[in-house]
Formats: sequence, structure tokens, C-alpha cells
Amino acid sequence: MLNIGGIQEGVVMDHIVAGCAMDIYHYLELDKTDACVAIIKNAKSNVMGKKDIIKIEGKIDFDFDVLGVIDPNITINIIKDGVIAEKRKLNLPERVTNIIHCKNPRCITSIEQELPHRFKLTDRTHGIYRCEYCEQKFKKD
Amino acid sequence: MKHLISPLDLSPDELSDLLALAEDIYSSPEKYSHCCQGKKLATLFYEPSTRTRLSFEAAMLNLGGSVLGFSSADSSSAAKGESVADTIRVISFYADICAMRHPKEGAPLVASMHSSIPVINAGDGGHNHPTQTLTDLLTIKNLKGHLDGLTIGFCGDLKFGRTVHSLINAMVRYPNTRFILISPKELQIPAYLKEETLDALHIPYEETTNLEAALPKLDILYMTRVQKERFFNEEDYIRLKDTFILDKQKMQLAKDDMLVLHPLPRVNEISTDVDDDPRAVYFKQANFGVYVRMALILTLLGIKVEK
Repeated sequence: MLNIGGIQEGVVMDHIVAGCAMDIYHYLELDKTDACVAIIKNAKSNVMGKKDIIKIEGKIDFDFDVLGVIDPNITINIIKDGVIAEKRKLNLPERVTNIIHCKNPRCITSIEQELPHRFKLTDRTHGIYRCEYCEQKFKKD
Repeated sequence: MKHLISPLDLSPDELSDLLALAEDIYSSPEKYSHCCQGKKLATLFYEPSTRTRLSFEAAMLNLGGSVLGFSSADSSSAAKGESVADTIRVISFYADICAMRHPKEGAPLVASMHSSIPVINAGDGGHNHPTQTLTDLLTIKNLKGHLDGLTIGFCGDLKFGRTVHSLINAMVRYPNTRFILISPKELQIPAYLKEETLDALHIPYEETTNLEAALPKLDILYMTRVQKERFFNEEDYIRLKDTFILDKQKMQLAKDDMLVLHPLPRVNEISTDVDDDPRAVYFKQANFGVYVRMALILTLLGIKVEK
């Protein structure tokens, strides 16, 4: 069993679908941060079988809700003084811009590169986002 | 600024007013023949469409206005790589209202975000074609006298057929509507339309591959062409294009007052021997298309004429 030490102050993103940690890493641009970041892939999970975890040491300021668009089941734990100070549930935002991208080859965004990729939440229960231009449902790869 | 991008941009009340205006124009066109004098309609057609473009142009000319525009992307600055946003910003200085057809879905919405004149979506890829929907609604309203309580059969390409998707979304707003969806398995209506519209609103519908069995139950039969341009694979197109052909013999199975609609152009899904049947109203439908576009231009320009 691999051991990664606990953190004093920072964020632990838990219950990430196995294999998706790097998507979140890139989306949050964690490659550009000076903070200490640990990515744990394929950790054992009683509920999920396998899961990914990201630990970030230090003060960071992210809009975590947009992570819900990528994976609504992620748990965000805010760590202070070495303990979980807050467990944050993700609220799906009504609209997101340039978080996810439309893959419909018939969409105007496929030929006009400078257009922002805008999605709106059309079904909160099932977490369905549709492209505002072509109304195609967003599907993860 | 009011635009028409999706058929659902108009509330049921606005739609009812628009159809009433279209019917008034239909019955007394002379009253409206000068009310757009000095106004210009730009037709921005990035892909060819004879019928829709000429219908828009006829509508504006019937109202005493003028038209300008282009009829293919090759003859526009799009060929030089200009964005839709830049094109519409410039066209806004040249015209009072515009109708845009574009092969890419969402292009008219992009135009409306940057336009200072009303934008009418004249068809965006396989997505929306709201003025066709208005045409269909006016045809049904005028010839049936009402839009509620109808059993509507859609036949042909229900997967890529944007006119079908738009008309389904418009008709579910009227009480006691039911649908019979007749198509090959490969061209059934998209799952999202079933789940998010028909199932969510508890609209009764059935899916079938049997046109003959469906015909006796229908008040409206909406035939569609299997569109070659929507297929990435030509083999699939050739295999599916002639699945349903409505002919004189099949028409004997239909009610005496059933109406056959088709957004046109027809290829061979309706045999020409049906054309003389009084229930075949697809050419009348094309005529209604001009009147509904006249009503739409007047409404979006805010021009009022005493009825």
C-alpha cells in the first residue's frame, strides 16, 4: 500500500472516477501552481472499486462547482490544521463557459475557433449539459 | 431586440398572434403590400436553399420592401474566413432585418448575439428551422381549424429531420396531441427528444416501421425526405432513402380529412400520383410559408397594420 502523507492546510478531492484525476489536474491548471500536489490513481474504494484522489497542500482559490460538470460525485474536503474543516458538496452551475467543449462536428464552434464553448444545464437530476449553440448533450470521453 | 432562433422563442400567445396575422395577410394581402416600404431584408445563405430563400424574398417583396444578400458561402466573405459575428456586425448597417441559413448548428444564435437587427434562423444544419415550423403550424391551423387534439404521423428520416424535431416541440404545447413516429430503426427520433420532451411531458406516442398500419389513425401525415447531405456515409443513405413511399394506393387507407404535409423538396417519398388528391397539401403549405414569413417580418420589425 502506497502512503501519501496528510496535509495541514489545503484541499483533498476524493471519489474522482479512476483515470480522471489528470483531466481535473489540467482543468484546474495545477501544473502552473507552486503548491505541493499529489495525484493518487487507482486507490482502493469500497464504493467505487477504484478511485483517484488529488491532494493539494497550501491555500488555493478555485471555483470547485465547475468540477461538478466533469464529475458530480467528487467530494471536496477542505483541510485546516490537519483535519477536515469542511466537506463541500458540488452544486452544478446553470451555465459554464470554456470548461467543457462541444464535440459535435456540425456545431458552429467546430469551425469558429474563437467562440467560447458555452453549455447550459438542462437536466439537474441527471446532470445533463447541452451546448448553447447546437444543443448537443455533453458526453465525457 | 427580438430574434427568431428556435421555434420555441415565441410563447403560445405570441405564436397565436403571429398565425392570426398570417391568416389576415393571406385573406387580404393588398392591405399589407406597402407596409415595409424603405425596409431591407438581408438573406445570408451560407448553403443553397432555393425554396426558403425565395420564400423570404417573396415575403419581403410582397410587403413592399427590398432584399439583398448572398446564396452560398462561396459568394460571401465566409470564403475568406470571416466569422459569422463579423459578418452580421457589418450587415446590420446595410439591412433592417436578416434571415440566415448556415450549415453549422448554432450559427444564427451567434449572429443574434452580435446583431443590431432582428435575426431569423432560416435553418442551421440539422438543428432548427423555425420558419418551416411556423409554416407547418399555419398550414395545420388554417386547413384543420385548430392545433389541439390531433394525431400526427411523422414518416421518414426522424433522426436528422430538423423540421420533425421542431414541429414535435411546437405541437406538444397543444392539448391532446399524440404522435405516431414511422421510420426505419436507424432513423428513429433521437433519444433526447423522447426522454426530455415526449416522456417528460407524458405525450402519447408510438414508434413503428409500418406506414400502412399507421395511416388510418392519422389526422396529419408529415412526410420527410431522407436527406443525403446529413449522412457522412453514402452507403447508409442509399440503403435507407426509399424505405417509405406514399402512393395513391396507400392513401386509400387514410381518413378522408387527413392532410399530407411535406417540407419539400420531395424526392420520391411521395409518388406524384398523390399530388391531385385534395388531402395532399404540401404545395399549399409552401404558399403558407410566404404568408407566415410576411407576418414574422412585420412582427420582428414592430410594424403594425390595422386588421
